[in-house]
Amino acid sequence: MTNDTVLAANGLGKRYGRRWALSDCTLSVPAGRIVGLVGPNGAGKTTLLRLAVGLLAPTTGTVSVLGGRPGGNPYQLGRVGFVAQDTPAYPHLSVADHLRMGAWLNGSWDRGLAEHRIAQLGLDPRQRAGKLSGGQRAQLALTLAVAKRPELLVLDEPVASLDPLARREFMSAIAGIAAEHGVSVVLSSHLVADLERVCDFVVVLVASRVRLAGAVEDLLAAAGGRSLEDLVIDHMNPDNHGTEARR
Amino acid sequence: MIRLTWRQFRTAAAVAAGALLAVAVLAAVTGPDLARAYAATLDACARAGDCASATAAFARTDSALAGAFGALVTFAPALVGAFWGAPLIAREFEAGTFPLVWTQSVTRTRWLLVKLAVVGLASALVAGLLSLAVTWWSRPLDRAAASVYATFGERDVAPIGYALFAFALGVAAGMLVRRTVPAMAVTLFAFVTARVCTTYGLRPRLFAPEHRVLALNPESTGLGSEFSPSIMLNSWFNGSKSSALDPATPVMPDAWIYSTRVVDARGHELTDTVLDAACPNIGAGGGGGAPAVPGHVPAPDSAREAMRACVSKLGATYHELVTYQPASRYWTFQWAELAVYAGAAIVLGAACVWWVRRRA
Repeated sequence: MTNDTVLAANGLGKRYGRRWALSDCTLSVPAGRIVGLVGPNGAGKTTLLRLAVGLLAPTTGTVSVLGGRPGGNPYQLGRVGFVAQDTPAYPHLSVADHLRMGAWLNGSWDRGLAEHRIAQLGLDPRQRAGKLSGGQRAQLALTLAVAKRPELLVLDEPVASLDPLARREFMSAIAGIAAEHGVSVVLSSHLVADLERVCDFVVVLVASRVRLAGAVEDLLAAAGGRSLEDLVIDHMNPDNHGTEARR
Repeated sequence: MIRLTWRQFRTAAAVAAGALLAVAVLAAVTGPDLARAYAATLDACARAGDCASATAAFARTDSALAGAFGALVTFAPALVGAFWGAPLIAREFEAGTFPLVWTQSVTRTRWLLVKLAVVGLASALVAGLLSLAVTWWSRPLDRAAASVYATFGERDVAPIGYALFAFALGVAAGMLVRRTVPAMAVTLFAFVTARVCTTYGLRPRLFAPEHRVLALNPESTGLGSEFSPSIMLNSWFNGSKSSALDPATPVMPDAWIYSTRVVDARGHELTDTVLDAACPNIGAGGGGGAPAVPGHVPAPDSAREAMRACVSKLGATYHELVTYQPASRYWTFQWAELAVYAGAAIVLGAACVWWVRRRA
């Protein structure tokens, strides 16, 4: 565990009844990067991220985030921003209510940042979250996660249900935030195309195992002209056990 | 966290406050008239010299509003449980908002404790104020009826306990079921079951009853039998306690009479065999010697005479044993009921906290 690691899992496993959603997962995610976590549906991406933000407790193994146990206390909770799958918001509360909630629940809340982002997005603060489009709701959820000024931002398939334009806007918002605030980002998706534009580090997770991990730049240099998508899909293939990455 | 809880709860709180205000206004408008009417009834009956039947008649006046108020106090805790308790956590699961709120800089233990405290306090407050208004309004009727235990769950502090319990039950059901509507159904069913079980099963056993021995009264003892859902539930929980002969219920204002049995000096109950041997002919011509009740066909004179003679004969060896709780224990029962329900609510709340921590 070094200061360069934002997320470290060791033999991490989570069981629901008899089914293992994640088993014996070991990985290390570097700091200061926008990390794309890619893998097929059911690879354990959501479980891994929920363990990392403390929404779930591990059945086996350990997970450490920014050097601490995830979600154990308000301090640790404040260091990690999380946008859950389907970017939930309270449908009956307005946009302004959500920002107030962020201020009430987070000591490190950056009100100026939150209001600036909402204004920039052109959202009406009086609008109820239930009336927002999917893209707007995702942006609201991202604003909540960013304005608490975390050191690490974790996003679980944030663009999965968005149209292509909203996807592009959301991904560039993430790139902008990472550049502006120097926050580390871990972002999951099952579509490489979503990540290609903004991620500079990729982790391919298949059936709880890391098949490929590395800086996008290095991976592309070693791949000899093949696209990132080809490379990733190559490693998702069950017949290929990541030998190429080691070569 | 208190502010967020209040923001999410304020609409429900406003609805409850509005309903309370409506009840308070209705009680304030009609209450003084009821009190004046009772004073007038007492005044008139004191001059006429018969207050027993006059107050009994008064106790039955205004029955529609009295019934509505009583039902309101009875069902308000169930509504609190279903509409405030059950959705409190279930809705977060249903709408998928729990990852949002559980990843703010507030631990989920604190999140749950604050929600339980704020909405639980509101539940107790609503039930308490409603009970206060209805208890105040019903005072003349309750005095006239002189049966405080009959309206036990609709007056004073017991409803506060019911509301706390129903709320905690709703929260726990929502946590386990994770869907609002099924959790509401589970809450209602469990709450009604708990209320029936404590009313008929637990409450009569909380404190040992007292006994009073009376001589058999030939004028008011017969074979009569009553029937009501409450008597049926009571016999189901506590066993049937009726003897072969049924003495009229003695006049004991505000007492809770469990049973009036016919027993001998050693406490053995009068059996049908003994009764048949002593008085072979009774029951042939109809009910017996109990005072005529409206709607009942009075027994023929010959049958009543036979019953009178029989009861006089049995009175040499048998007497009437009244098992009861005195009126003076009313508040002991009220606080005990509040303690039992509030205690159960705390246990349920603690279980919810344990559960939400275990997931961390």
